[in-house]
Amino acid sequence: MTALLPPRPAAPERPVGGRLIDQFEYGLDAPICLTWELTYACNLACAHCLSSSGRRDPRELSTAEAEAVIDELQRMQVFYVNVGGGEPTVRPDFWHLLDYAIGHDVGVKFSTNGIKLDKTRAAQLARTDYVDVQISLDGATAEVNDRVRGTGSYATAVRALENLAEAGMKDFKVSVVVTRENAGQLDEFKALTDSFGAQLRITRLRPSGRGADVWDELHPTMAQQKDLYQWLLANGDGVLTGDSFFHLSAFGEALPGLNLCGAGRVVCLIDPVGDVYACPFAIHENFLAGNVRDEGGFQRVWQSSELFADLRNPQTGGACTKCAHFDACRGGCMAAKFFTGLPLDGPDPECVQGYGETALAARDLELVTPRSHIDHSHSGPVRGQPTLLGIPSIPSKICDESPLAGLDLR
Amino acid sequence: MTTAVSSAEVAFDPAGPWRRARSVALRPEPFGALVYHFGNRKLSFLKSKTLVAVVEALADHPSATATLAACGVSEAQRPAYEKALADLARSQMIEPNPEGTP
Amino acid sequence: MPETTIDVDTAPAPAAAEETLVEESLVEEVSIDGMCGVY
Repeated sequence: MTALLPPRPAAPERPVGGRLIDQFEYGLDAPICLTWELTYACNLACAHCLSSSGRRDPRELSTAEAEAVIDELQRMQVFYVNVGGGEPTVRPDFWHLLDYAIGHDVGVKFSTNGIKLDKTRAAQLARTDYVDVQISLDGATAEVNDRVRGTGSYATAVRALENLAEAGMKDFKVSVVVTRENAGQLDEFKALTDSFGAQLRITRLRPSGRGADVWDELHPTMAQQKDLYQWLLANGDGVLTGDSFFHLSAFGEALPGLNLCGAGRVVCLIDPVGDVYACPFAIHENFLAGNVRDEGGFQRVWQSSELFADLRNPQTGGACTKCAHFDACRGGCMAAKFFTGLPLDGPDPECVQGYGETALAARDLELVTPRSHIDHSHSGPVRGQPTLLGIPSIPSKICDESPLAGLDLR
Repeated sequence: MTTAVSSAEVAFDPAGPWRRARSVALRPEPFGALVYHFGNRKLSFLKSKTLVAVVEALADHPSATATLAACGVSEAQRPAYEKALADLARSQMIEPNPEGTP
Repeated sequence: MPETTIDVDTAPAPAAAEETLVEESLVEEVSIDGMCGVY
């Protein structure tokens, strides 16, 4: 692996007893849950897409290969897989793989923009156990949402929510990425999700994928971060966060969750071509641990890859460890630091103590921040594309999907 | 996350027969085990190998108390283990064993 | 250090591993949503 991670002691000693997160830092025999992006194809072209999705990759796992991965997850007793993409439901075998996973003791939560969730599918999901659905939405109004996700995307999401609610689906979620533009809508998001009987989930914007292009204008301001933290303390019961705001714990009282970077330790990503990355926000060759098509499959990658061994060897040095708040924030998000060109053993770019801003200002002016060469973005204009970057919107048709090269995955 | 009381909670009585709940998966880890309830989506960590052995052996004994003894839990440790089992009962990871002998 | 436990005792004095564990909670509950790096 490249000399990327800060120097760490050679052979870590796992402590006996103690706090759970101390144990997790040393890794587990299998991930607790993981993210699995099923396809890079997507009908949308969201401005901040963490996986730079849009076009299918010709090397994507076949149905048989995907089933083999599920078989492995079952053997490893991975309880839960978070399926995403791109838009996972545009894979013709999505519904088959969903049933296959559930039938093999692997619970599924899938993240979708709602495009395929018509009344029939909603009814099917409502009567299927061990499956959770998460609808992506980044504005409590179409005006705010569609600027980032594209014209018509709010309507598509709301239609899916209506269908799920009407079908009697339980515990479905609305997942929001908090941005400068929607940070003031938290109460409205809560009201909206309540109105559908859904659960609100808010997560952190990372400068990953296309998110790197819009990070400067979209990431919340310091003032908004403070308000967000207060809001979570006051309203957080029943609002999920995917533990993505643990960097805010340095404001004071820790937020619920492990408050720990799970990359390579409790979670990881399997991408559409079978590549295994430490985290869905770190789709970059420096965080590539292996491929499920390699000898030994996913299990060998999880248990024996060099990258994951490095990540399970907790760092003992670095600027952050000397800060009084280190225990609360653990130095923040590895992906956020990496893609803003900051050292991994230093502060998070959004460090609430302000050390991140200092570090960003201290970067070499000539610095080119790391970019992933993995980019499946649509190459031409897309109907209803986001207007955030000032590109005029082509009117969209409600049920429009991106043209997928005639794909036969069987 | 919250530790809200569920309507199906059963108070833990160590003298009664118990067993690991049916929709629960248990996966050993270096420091103990991970327990996941497919029904209520709760995830618990057992921080002792002995506790793992106790949970696995519950169905084989007429009572939780007997199970603790059979697994070598000392008198001094008993309160901590009973508390742990009570926690697991609260999150429905263990349930009364209808086939348990009185 | 607040964690997602039902209740947690303070860190024990150094002792043999089993006895050490007796003074802490042996069970910790976490949310399946409560770990970072997941969609």
